[in-house]
Amino acid sequence: MASSTRVTFPNKFLPYLLLAPQLAITAIFFYWPASQAIYQSVLREDPFGLSTQFVGLDNFRRVLGDPNYLNSLQVTVIFSVATALIAMALALLLAVMADKVIRGKGIYRTLLIWPYAVAPAIAGMLWLFLFNPSMGTLAHLVRSAGYNWDPLLNGDQAMVLIVSAAAWKQISYNFLFFVAGLQSIPKSLIEAAAIDGAGETKRFWTIVFPLLAPTTFFLLVVNTVYAFFDTFGIIHAVTGGGPGKATETLVYKVYNDGFVNLILGDSAAQSVILMIIVIGLTAIQFRYVERKVHYG
Amino acid sequence: MIQNNPVGRLIAHVILIIGILIVAFPIYYTFVASTQTLQEILRPPLSLLPGGHFWENYSAALFGGVGRIGGVGVDRLLFNTLVMALGIAIGKICISILSAYAIVFFRFPGRMIFFWLIFITLMLPVEVRILPTYKIMVDLGLIDTYTGLILPLMASATATLLFRQFFMTIPGELVEAARVDGAGPWRFFKDILLPLSKTNIAALFVILFIYGWTQYLWPLLMTNRNEMSTIVIGLRKMISFADADTEWHLVMVTCILAILPPILVVVLMQRWFVRGLVETEK
Repeated sequence: MASSTRVTFPNKFLPYLLLAPQLAITAIFFYWPASQAIYQSVLREDPFGLSTQFVGLDNFRRVLGDPNYLNSLQVTVIFSVATALIAMALALLLAVMADKVIRGKGIYRTLLIWPYAVAPAIAGMLWLFLFNPSMGTLAHLVRSAGYNWDPLLNGDQAMVLIVSAAAWKQISYNFLFFVAGLQSIPKSLIEAAAIDGAGETKRFWTIVFPLLAPTTFFLLVVNTVYAFFDTFGIIHAVTGGGPGKATETLVYKVYNDGFVNLILGDSAAQSVILMIIVIGLTAIQFRYVERKVHYG
Repeated sequence: MIQNNPVGRLIAHVILIIGILIVAFPIYYTFVASTQTLQEILRPPLSLLPGGHFWENYSAALFGGVGRIGGVGVDRLLFNTLVMALGIAIGKICISILSAYAIVFFRFPGRMIFFWLIFITLMLPVEVRILPTYKIMVDLGLIDTYTGLILPLMASATATLLFRQFFMTIPGELVEAARVDGAGPWRFFKDILLPLSKTNIAALFVILFIYGWTQYLWPLLMTNRNEMSTIVIGLRKMISFADADTEWHLVMVTCILAILPPILVVVLMQRWFVRGLVETEK
């Protein structure tokens, strides 16, 4: 970048004034609570809140040694991987198909993007309406086919339900990015391969898919972040972390331990661990962005 | 020569239509349920065609006072959600366009430190600092207020980054010309920068409106009184499988009413929506 020194305005105080609203909100609602979370994560409060003492990394040790926490870590990983894979695979299929058709592109796009506007919690409810055992029509069909379907009692089935809802909502987002990615692949490359006799499937796996790698990688990170954090509403509205703890993800556990069970130190330690995970994911995302800038 | 493959195209159309059916079905099913009576909903399988109780159910939910959630009407919940979504969208755009303006068009001590302070907030979503943020809201007396629902969600690094990126593409000659003509920073901002940013603002507005409308964790924490609740939270409170009195037909109507406004925004402002989405990259 030939960054010749920018032409700027000479004012001394105005820029601070312009920055003030955002900085004030950021300081009060981001930095202050985040530092509180870090501070509390090394303290232990007695159950009556009368005395606190410094316990170093004890909270972290306890949290990481807690089988419930390891369970929710496992739940989160299964949930995120399943959601990301399903949402991305379906979106990629639809995007490749949309790239092929000539007529009706616009209509297909319009009809595929609206789940983006549905709140995650409501996405969960829509799927619950379809699949709850007492009145869901699809649950009724599954059961009359002889399958014992009850996501309110069976943990694996509850997981299937929330993964479906979470993936369903994310298809539109991935679809738009894959369409954009496909459009940026030079048609001449694909035509050259066709002339060389490569069939359609072969062209896809040897040319299109590798060239989509940056988009795919970017979406993988975004979908993981989505599955980690934005799906709280789905879990809260559909399963409440249950049955048992079969669908208790990390974020749901922070909420549950902090607000329902009121274990402050543990909840704070979990918050800090989550913060580290977000920082890691964001760092990966930005390394990708940088690479995209360099190579085109 | 690759494009001329009618069979392949036909298969593509078929797969797309199946995809659309999967994507649309849950919403369609809920719409169908919202036009049925309670008895019909409780006796699956449901017919796949809308029933004849559209006006009855919708007017009951909106005006009849039947679909009240803890004594609060659906209209009130929709209004709260609208205030929250608009507040977040407009507030975020205002504060981030101002801070991006300061960072790009001025030179002052601490500029990069401030930029990084804003940038790092990307890594602090509400979910990782739930409890302490809640405590601050209680201390400030912001529980059950619109300010409490809106203000903390207004600060965002993404909007600032987007405006910053766009401002950097504005040629310095424009600033110089403005200064030669005697325009101060305010005139430049109002007469040149704002008109140039119109498309970016529209794109961001769509994304942020949907972001605000679909919030869940934050309003769940911030509101205790039902009359300050948002539609999504209200809907969650209406649903109870254990309770035999749950009026499912009205739940379905409320559900449709809750998803209609953001869907309309996405579909009607599709051009800006797609642009905003692909450019902010979340």
